[in-house]
Amino acid sequence: MANVPKDLKYTREHEWAKQEGDRVRVGITAYAQEQLGDVVFVELPKVGAKVTASKNFGVVESVKAVSDLFAPVSGEVVEINGELSQKPETVNQDTYGRGWMIVVKPSNGGEWDQLLTPQQYEEFLAQAAH
Amino acid sequence: MSDAPLKRTPLHAAHVAAGARMVPFGGWDMPVQYRGILEEHRTVRGAVGLFDVSHMGEFECEGAAALAALQSVTTNDVAALKIGQVQYSVFCYPNGTIVDDLTVYRLAPDRYMVTVNASNLDKDYAWVTDHATSARWRNVSDETGLIAVQGPKAEALVGRLADRDVTKIGYYRFARGAVAGVAALISRTGYTGEDGFELYTAAADTPRLWAALLDTGRADGVAPIGLGARDTLRLEMKYVLYGNDIDDTTNALEAGLGWVVKPAKGDFVGRDALEKIRAEGVRRRLVGIEMVDKAIARHGYPVQKDGRAVGIVTSGSYGPSVDKYIAMAYVETALASVGTELAVEIRGQAKAARVVRTPFHPSRVKKA
Repeated sequence: MANVPKDLKYTREHEWAKQEGDRVRVGITAYAQEQLGDVVFVELPKVGAKVTASKNFGVVESVKAVSDLFAPVSGEVVEINGELSQKPETVNQDTYGRGWMIVVKPSNGGEWDQLLTPQQYEEFLAQAAH
Repeated sequence: MSDAPLKRTPLHAAHVAAGARMVPFGGWDMPVQYRGILEEHRTVRGAVGLFDVSHMGEFECEGAAALAALQSVTTNDVAALKIGQVQYSVFCYPNGTIVDDLTVYRLAPDRYMVTVNASNLDKDYAWVTDHATSARWRNVSDETGLIAVQGPKAEALVGRLADRDVTKIGYYRFARGAVAGVAALISRTGYTGEDGFELYTAAADTPRLWAALLDTGRADGVAPIGLGARDTLRLEMKYVLYGNDIDDTTNALEAGLGWVVKPAKGDFVGRDALEKIRAEGVRRRLVGIEMVDKAIARHGYPVQKDGRAVGIVTSGSYGPSVDKYIAMAYVETALASVGTELAVEIRGQAKAARVVRTPFHPSRVKKA
């Protein structure tokens, strides 16, 4: 079973979200990076861009596949992980740490409560496996 | 796609046991990766890798008119082939577009073997038995296993297990022998740009040979390699892949396969059309491009010049050995020269690219 840290929330598209004060840090889950295989390209929005919950905010590509990234919450991008343009493999190596993608300043606090809890995400993964 | 169950090679159980990720490919359940595509790619460039290519099709072509039959359906000159030699070639439609690309082996004076792509096997067998009727054809695909051993340490590995001196087998030559006690046709060919062999064996013997190569090659750093790395390895060499870069809409000349189109040998299916295309000049050419802007060009993405559509990407990925985003694309002939600045439309944005010299990575095949 893929690693699902207890201090994060999740989307059905396999992004994780971490509350850090009034901001939300976003990345893809261990399950997602495992399914993708070697990540060789990550395309992120610019700082200042607006993202919308459940809408595409970027792209992650492995050798074989192109996969859209979906925002867990709406808001303004206040930080992006510039290291990923030079070292996309960081996503595979440290998906919940140095492999983060963007930090969002949420515009709608209610969206956080809509995200999956670790337990719900684990159940979702278990269903996907059947 | 049909709902027919996926076919399995004689090594299927070995792949599953090794933890490979299996995917459907051309009607077969095949390993796309074992430990990771990048690592497997580097294993082949730096040491030696084993590929299960048993899904490929093999036909035998026999009889006093076997040569004439092959000449009539292939573009290359089979008469130039001596016993023990291999030849790359193409089956064409009458209009010069491509049925498949293949290799031809001359086994005996009047006996040949043809190796074709797995995804085209049934179509190809129907094609040759319809268009090259003067020979006796036999589809031996099911009874034949095929392992490619590729990389700078391939010669040492196969050499240790073979009952003959494989260093004497030149590029695009083959010999019969035993490898790990398994009767094999040992062919110095491949699809990676590295030195290496393709070992044809009886299907039933293939797992034993695979296990022996893995076991004996441990000190060489041998590893099984999936279709994912097979694709990045061939892309770095600009080797075409049927269904991606060539198909029934691309002709052999624009695909850069003119070096195996030999009209002087006599008539063959597609000859008149190809002669005409050659005389008039091709309208587009398959070129290698490198992304200047960071992005991955993929099959089907449009190629532009100053906002105008000028071509289409056929294959593209990250090239692990060149550490660049590379692709193959058909572009208008006037824009095909090395250094030409182009753009690839990726998710609605024009990303800068340029035509570069190929292969992207230097070939290290052993020239005869």
